[in-house]
Amino acid sequence: MPTLAADKKPARSAGRNGGRIGPGPGRRPVTELIFGDLWEFDPAPETADPKLKPRYELFINGQFVAPRAGKYFDSINPANEQKLAELALGGEADVDAAYAAATRAFETVWARLPGRERGKFLYRVARLLQDRAREFAVAETMDNGKPIRETRDFDVPMCAAHFFYHGGWADKLEYVAPGRRMAPLGVVGQVIPWNFPLLMLSWKIAPALAAGNCVVIKPASNTSITAVKLAEIFQDAGLPPGVVNVITGPGATGGYLMAHPAAAKIAFTGSTEVGKVIMRSVAGSDKRMTMELGGKAANIVFDDAPIDQAVEGIVNGIFFNQGQVCCAGSRLLVHEPVADLVVAKLKQRLRVLRVGDPLDKNTDVGAIVSRAQLDTIQRYLDIGVKEGAEMWQPPCRLPAKGYFMPPTIFTGVTQSHCIAREEIFGPVLSILTFRTIDEAIEKANNTAYGLSAGVWTDKGSRILKMSTELKAGVVWANTFNKFDPTSPFGGYKESGFGREGGRQGLLDYARLV
Amino acid sequence: MSRLPITKTPKVYVGGAFIRSESGRTFPIKDAGGNFFANIPQCTRKDLRNAVEAAAKAGPGWAKRTPYNRGQILYRLGEMLEARTADMADALRVGGATPATARREIAATVDRLIYYAGWADKYEQVLGSVNPVAAPYFNFTVTEPMGIVGVIAPEEPPLLGLVSLIAPVIVSGNTVVALASGVQPYPAIVLGEMLATSDLPGGVVNLLTGLHKELVPTFATHAHLRALAAVASAEERKTLALGAVESVKRTKFWKAEAPTDWFAGKAQSLYAIRDFLEFKTTWHPIGA
Repeated sequence: MPTLAADKKPARSAGRNGGRIGPGPGRRPVTELIFGDLWEFDPAPETADPKLKPRYELFINGQFVAPRAGKYFDSINPANEQKLAELALGGEADVDAAYAAATRAFETVWARLPGRERGKFLYRVARLLQDRAREFAVAETMDNGKPIRETRDFDVPMCAAHFFYHGGWADKLEYVAPGRRMAPLGVVGQVIPWNFPLLMLSWKIAPALAAGNCVVIKPASNTSITAVKLAEIFQDAGLPPGVVNVITGPGATGGYLMAHPAAAKIAFTGSTEVGKVIMRSVAGSDKRMTMELGGKAANIVFDDAPIDQAVEGIVNGIFFNQGQVCCAGSRLLVHEPVADLVVAKLKQRLRVLRVGDPLDKNTDVGAIVSRAQLDTIQRYLDIGVKEGAEMWQPPCRLPAKGYFMPPTIFTGVTQSHCIAREEIFGPVLSILTFRTIDEAIEKANNTAYGLSAGVWTDKGSRILKMSTELKAGVVWANTFNKFDPTSPFGGYKESGFGREGGRQGLLDYARLV
Repeated sequence: MSRLPITKTPKVYVGGAFIRSESGRTFPIKDAGGNFFANIPQCTRKDLRNAVEAAAKAGPGWAKRTPYNRGQILYRLGEMLEARTADMADALRVGGATPATARREIAATVDRLIYYAGWADKYEQVLGSVNPVAAPYFNFTVTEPMGIVGVIAPEEPPLLGLVSLIAPVIVSGNTVVALASGVQPYPAIVLGEMLATSDLPGGVVNLLTGLHKELVPTFATHAHLRALAAVASAEERKTLALGAVESVKRTKFWKAEAPTDWFAGKAQSLYAIRDFLEFKTTWHPIGA
């Protein structure tokens, strides 16, 4: 049975919400009951069959084919460290074959197809994915470690929505760029990360196909299963061979894929560090590029904010997908008058976050994607403590096996702290405070990144002021971590360039004539 | 004895002032007849850094001007150039233009300024959007200037090429540090004098003259330049692209070896403005 929350220091009355939690002055402290402390939860596992195969091949020219070198690697379920399946280890010859197939498909079929017909293929993919949504959600959860609640309610439906949305654009491209006509670029090389495997696949593939391009894509080696499963749907949808090719394999294969001479454009989502390596590898070529890189978003809470909603937003901002989100609200900037209150409420909220089996429908925080990532996060925790910030984790029992990390917050963080500057990509929140709006803006913008930001205030003019001043591609006001196919997403500064989603994102997959 | 004319010392226009290179270096240019014409400042990477500083100071104020105001200022620049056609024609003729080709280039340049002046309070309505997200949120995308943009002008045409690159960058509130044509730098000197008498705040456009091979590497690596608009050779493009990586600069290149027709209608476009904009999307819940 989980222990009663140990950290019982009552919050002092602060702000207009002060005193709502903890005892009033002079009264005897009462034991604070935390929801769920007095009973055990029964497991509520999602039992749908993910229909996993023992081995997954490469998807080239509409066929599942063995890698030329005949090598395979294991895909591990991070929640129990057990092998899920074997994946083909694609190499340079496989990438060459994929580009050859994609080039042929582009020249002979796809670019010649009327937009209306291209769109129908995208609609079909969306529909077929919706048919098998639960199966894909379970597979994604087992592959990535994220809670089934997220894959079921967010990753998979949003993936389908991206195909559906872009299907509708395919025959309406003349409305995208007034005054000019859009023409496809050719074959697009794409490499995507492990944090949203299916969703990133759709962000990359759907606009590329809608605009008339063909695709060679490599999912992250940790999380490739659902990409190859989606290739089954491409087959079922009758997508012409070669229009989309999926190569699984290590980072080196991705590097080769990005620098390939047959790629007219490359699109990458991943860390800023790897993004820079890729940019250097193609410098001097005529390839077009879009880069969606790292972030260190500020989530700014003013003293007039609806505090309870803000606390929910802070939790969603940094603990959604175990914090393995490029736009995660990893720096909390709290207005001094409410800082104690917000931290107290946040701690109370974190005590009831359920960390554990990702397949359990009640789980809020699942497994970290890999041992390596868990080690990275742990290293940052050590650095944070060593630099003098105060670490707090809620009391929670972690499963014996698997890569789990409790939600972690650091208070007393300053801007020079490593944990306030570097992207951790884990459930770790650094809390800083500010006194004036100008200080909030300066601290928020004091980063090489510029992907996203959050603002919590009841004052409309302040929201618009903050939204204008924050150097970030997405600003969430009184909300956080919201996504939609119609809503352009992408960064300022070292968070990359180009947008994904909306009319603006589509333009990055075409040349104007 | 007839009167000896006073010749002008060419100075570059940086931060709203006319300066020599901090290095004191110059390079001589000849007129179309092959005679000595003047010594042009041979700007250094230190000059470039100073220019970036001037652009950084001017940037926030320029970006906060209303679009209507920026449009009027660009229009005013067009007025200045039109009114001083004779002056600019003389500058172009130093580089070998005939009176007719000089007038043609100036007319095209004025028209280009007027074209972009008109876009100032319109491009947002075409490029931005309200996005119909599938949830109760008001979601909209607006554009914002990127900041300081490095411009490397083509060798030819020295005036139209330079202005065609600068105008779409500044109309949205960016500021510019530009390197003029290496072979015909003098029109950029005269353009600076016109910028100074337009209502453009000092530091919004900073014009350098000098050797491209000396300055291209610093354009590539200066971290405060958020973007580059460069007409460049294959080798220069590689240098610029490699240097741009560290600070993730946005780059837009035109190939020097396949010259662009800057007189063509296609040389001006809404999308030349778009290339130097960031898109920002804001979400807010709809509720009571």
